[in-house]
Amino acid sequence: MLPAHYYLMLSAVLFTTGTLGVLIRRNPIIMFMSIELMLNAANLAFITFSRYQRSLDGHIFVFIIMTVAAAEVAVGLGIIISIFRTRTDINIDDLNIMKG
Amino acid sequence: MIAELVIFIILGTVAVATGVAVILSKNPVHAVLFLVINFFSVAMFYLVLSAQFVAFLQILVYAGAIMVLFLFVVMLLNLTGAIESVQDKLPAQKWVGLALGIALLLEAGVVTAAGVFRQVPAAPPPSPNFGTSAPVGVKLFFDYLLPFEVTSVLLLIAIVGSIVLARRRTY
Amino acid sequence: MPEILVFLLIKLILVIVIFALWMTMVPLLIWLERKVIADIQVRLGPNRVGPFGLLQPIADAIKLIMKEDITPALVDKWVYGLAPAMLMVPAFLAIAVIPIGGVVTIGERSFALQIMGLYRGPGLFVPELDAGILLVLALSSLGVYGVVLSGWSSANKYSLLGGMRSSAQMLSYELPLGVALVGPLLLAGTLRLNGVVEAQADYGIWFIVPQLVAFAIFLMSGTAEINRSPFDLPEAEQELIGGYHTEYSSFRFAMFFMAEYVNMVTISAVAATFFLGGYRLFFNDIVWLQPVWFVLKLMAFLYLFIWVRGTLPRVRYDQLMKLGWKVFLPVALGNLLVTGLVIAFSPANTILVMSIVGALLGIATFFGLSYAIVYGLRRRRPESERRVVEPTRAGVSE
Repeated sequence: MLPAHYYLMLSAVLFTTGTLGVLIRRNPIIMFMSIELMLNAANLAFITFSRYQRSLDGHIFVFIIMTVAAAEVAVGLGIIISIFRTRTDINIDDLNIMKG
Repeated sequence: MIAELVIFIILGTVAVATGVAVILSKNPVHAVLFLVINFFSVAMFYLVLSAQFVAFLQILVYAGAIMVLFLFVVMLLNLTGAIESVQDKLPAQKWVGLALGIALLLEAGVVTAAGVFRQVPAAPPPSPNFGTSAPVGVKLFFDYLLPFEVTSVLLLIAIVGSIVLARRRTY
Repeated sequence: MPEILVFLLIKLILVIVIFALWMTMVPLLIWLERKVIADIQVRLGPNRVGPFGLLQPIADAIKLIMKEDITPALVDKWVYGLAPAMLMVPAFLAIAVIPIGGVVTIGERSFALQIMGLYRGPGLFVPELDAGILLVLALSSLGVYGVVLSGWSSANKYSLLGGMRSSAQMLSYELPLGVALVGPLLLAGTLRLNGVVEAQADYGIWFIVPQLVAFAIFLMSGTAEINRSPFDLPEAEQELIGGYHTEYSSFRFAMFFMAEYVNMVTISAVAATFFLGGYRLFFNDIVWLQPVWFVLKLMAFLYLFIWVRGTLPRVRYDQLMKLGWKVFLPVALGNLLVTGLVIAFSPANTILVMSIVGALLGIATFFGLSYAIVYGLRRRRPESERRVVEPTRAGVSE
């Protein structure tokens, strides 16, 4: 077995990539995908710890995170579609109608 | 050890490269494709880390359902053109974001290099059915029954929410 | 010779044999389809190339490959080139977990006639791939990428429409397809395909009897999942020219064609494994003959698919969506509920109770579905939803 920190470092790199995506990009679809990337990086860390601790709890966490991701994508894409219906463009910086 | 290192390097390169490609793609469809490849490489990591069941779920749920949903929305809204960079309201954000991202990465690197994770014991090989469906199922339905049920409620809420959101308001 | 080499050699032979089986099924199926449909339509069908036109598929393949490979000007070149492969690769990968026979013993080694099956030799034990059915479902859901992306990348509105339809259709029908399989899995108590077959042999009954409803739902959803008629909306010729593969020609078109047939064989194989007892007969037979039983059951399903194509007209798009979400999914969930209840409350003679309940449920569902299809789906859409201006000439509109 490789030492655990190989996998953890990879997970950190993927997580950072996802964070960068959210910070840099203004396209809500790609920002969404970056969030998925971050969730996946977290999953990888869970599975790594699970393997090295020889306990299955990490698998259950991944299971639940996947469900949350699916729910989040369904609702998020629904929001994007309904925004697109009313505004015909979805640049994230223009979505400031609710600003006080 | 050597074999695992080689697998790690190949898969890790693919994972990082496709991850970067996702956030740099101009075209959302390409980004979706890169993300699918990324999910596949992560699924391969799960297999290496003896988490068979989760690896299959990863392909089934992420690649098979979630990303198809993304693709569907991208195609439905025809978002493939350049919708950003028409006028960037916060041009400084990119550079600050990049700096923060590098800081985060450095922090992770320093923590790793400092040897915090060295305390994680090098595990002996687990039993052959570690991470297969039966033990994971037992864990899920006995130890984690309440979270499982709560998750199902969450899914129900998501279903209702997305239907409400996506419904046409013309009657 | 070290054991690991023997293992790899045996697996290699298995891969070649099973792959060859699938690859011979495809031309055979093309021939059979043309012949059977011709028969249904009272024609002769192909009869010029070879005896009974048996060499027609080869002639077709040569014709397709010799044609010019056109790449239209405005396409997204990378995605356009990749899409056919993305449809074909998952179709072929699913073969890996289908068991075509039981466990064979040669000397001190024994192995299952299944690519990812069990292997036991001196000093080496490789178990069967756990949760093989999950792999089949995952791969079948990956097939949608090929269709969607070919539709999107072609820069053609008909292709795009085909791609849109297929992404919605395949995403919707994955659910009843998966849920229908859970009933047999509950009865078998395992996620391994080999285990499902052995469970049916142990019970002494094929799961088609206790899981009649699941069988019906699986077959119909499977037809939709592989875009076969009457659910072939992504490539509806009369509406969309060719749907997602309108812009494809030559070898790339041949890949779409082949993927469709390979998917058909795979769905039939899964149906045979789950509902018709797979490679087993009811008694203990010779293990080397088991692939023959398997192929026979497979052929029965393939014939059924062709028969359906020759008989039923294509459903309308809104009917398709209604059928998937409002009929198939609830019925499949109901079947799952009943199966679970039976297993929970009659642990002693589960299979007997389930068979009776399953048969009754099957009859009820048959009449219910018929009612739903005849009266529910054909009902006119309410005035508010109707957008098409109907012909006004007297006697035409109604």
